[in-house]
Amino acid sequence: MKMLNVALPKGRLGEKVYDMFEKAGFACPSIKENNRKLIFENEQVGVRYFWVKPSDVAIYVERGSADVGVAGKDILDEYKPDVYELLDMKMGKCDMCVAAKADFKDDRSRTLTVATKFTNIAKAHYASLGRDIDIIHLNGSIEIAPILGLSDVIVDIVETGTTLKENNLVVVERFMPISARLIANKANFKFKSERIEKLMSSLAIQTEQK
Amino acid sequence: MKEFNRVFNGTDRAVYQLRALYGDYGFKQYRMSKFEKYDLYAKNKDFLVSDNVITFTDTDGVLMALKPDVTLSIIKNGKDGAGVEKVYYNENVYRVSKGTRSFKEFMQVGLECFGDIDEYEISEVVFLAVKSLETVSKDYILDLSHLAVVKGVMENFNLSTDGVKKVTAYLAEKNAQGVFSACKEEGLSDNDAELVKKLVTVYGAPDKVINEFKALDLGKCANNAIIQLERIMVALSALGVSDKIRIDFSVVNDMNYYNGIVFNGFVSGIPTSIISGGQYDNLMAKFGRKDRAIGFAVYLDELEKLSSGANEFDVDVAVEYGSLSDVALINRKVKEITDGGESVFASKKIPEKIKYKRLIVLGGKDNENA
Repeated sequence: MKMLNVALPKGRLGEKVYDMFEKAGFACPSIKENNRKLIFENEQVGVRYFWVKPSDVAIYVERGSADVGVAGKDILDEYKPDVYELLDMKMGKCDMCVAAKADFKDDRSRTLTVATKFTNIAKAHYASLGRDIDIIHLNGSIEIAPILGLSDVIVDIVETGTTLKENNLVVVERFMPISARLIANKANFKFKSERIEKLMSSLAIQTEQK
Repeated sequence: MKEFNRVFNGTDRAVYQLRALYGDYGFKQYRMSKFEKYDLYAKNKDFLVSDNVITFTDTDGVLMALKPDVTLSIIKNGKDGAGVEKVYYNENVYRVSKGTRSFKEFMQVGLECFGDIDEYEISEVVFLAVKSLETVSKDYILDLSHLAVVKGVMENFNLSTDGVKKVTAYLAEKNAQGVFSACKEEGLSDNDAELVKKLVTVYGAPDKVINEFKALDLGKCANNAIIQLERIMVALSALGVSDKIRIDFSVVNDMNYYNGIVFNGFVSGIPTSIISGGQYDNLMAKFGRKDRAIGFAVYLDELEKLSSGANEFDVDVAVEYGSLSDVALINRKVKEITDGGESVFASKKIPEKIKYKRLIVLGGKDNENA
């Protein structure tokens, strides 16, 4: 049997995703051992899991090192990897938001400065509004940008809003719902379609039951 | 062929085999210059894989480009009404590689068929695409689609231009939920949206897919296209290649240029498609030509990924002659080995990095190294 290679996003979401894969018949008990290994294999079932940084899942899948993986819609929209997006797993839900200091007033007469990790998403969003913007790409701690006057607003994912609140920021606009998606490499899908389809239909049923 | 196998790496070998294959079916080689006026690409940017083109100013002040594509040049230089014309090419093209975002030279092989083409030519080109995949790997699949089915279904349900764009994008992603919700946004009923969704969810063995779609009423245009697809599949199964073909309507390529049959080819071990092509009457029309056309390109740059491990050894035999000073004797030994069809590396001391199957120490004892 051909191995099915699965890229899982490190963290809580990835653990939940693994549980669903296990129920779908792709069990790999060794993954539950508490150690620092990154690759786990179950030859009997023919599956190999590896933990990767959530934002890298799409790269492993696009380049074919992983046949399937689970990645957030935010990553897929930002990097537009050339992969199949097979299923909305309806988990890890959050929103792509514009946020700013509580006293922020939008001044359309000047260019808006936007700090974000999601440069392409932010550009596309403001282009659809016909708004001229200046983008500042940051890799983390986006919330402090408006406080320090680095930018007028930020574009970031918001789940509960706690981080924003603690930094005295408010959501100005929620413009894109995000959730985790099952993705597959386009070529590998052809050669392992039966197993991927089986996985997909079981995940779809589990998603519906939630 | 043993000698050639040693000289050629996987990509070279594939190129010569493909050229021989296309020659067998009456395709003539089409050679062209490396440069083309930039104007040609500026007018047809959407057709190119990437927007970026290397440009330079020619001695007469005309802005020129290093070819990012071959098909456009062939169409531009062709004339209508010359009967059916069959050509193949083997050229280097220059475009931005997706991974590194920098310019790269790519070797591309492909073929084009112009003129008043009929179903025979269509089936022949699809057949050659399958055979091309076969020269690269035993484990391959050709995904085949008919754009008139996709277009017909969308026209049948009166999707807006924006809706067509959205549904097409979701279709290419195999995003069934996306297709469904985009159809709902367009005001389709649940039943109709489910019907459009079938373009994503129904794929695989040609018989199965064609029969399932024949049972649906998708409008005249789509129904006719399904019938044509069936006729082409009958022709291909007569050639014995239908078992490697899958019908998959998520192959949409660019509908501004392509119409009718389109396909992508995959081989196991390479993460992207290596063959892409189809009928492009729409592109011909943009050049003011009435002829119809079908063709495909084989992207060979990815092939290197398959050949790893093929050259485990640098040479078959290493001959170490140490302090032996009888050059004639060494020459004789080396000639004896090459005459026997094996490659040989002779030196007074064999460098450690040379990998050989067998070591012969002249003036000493032989040493097997497997």
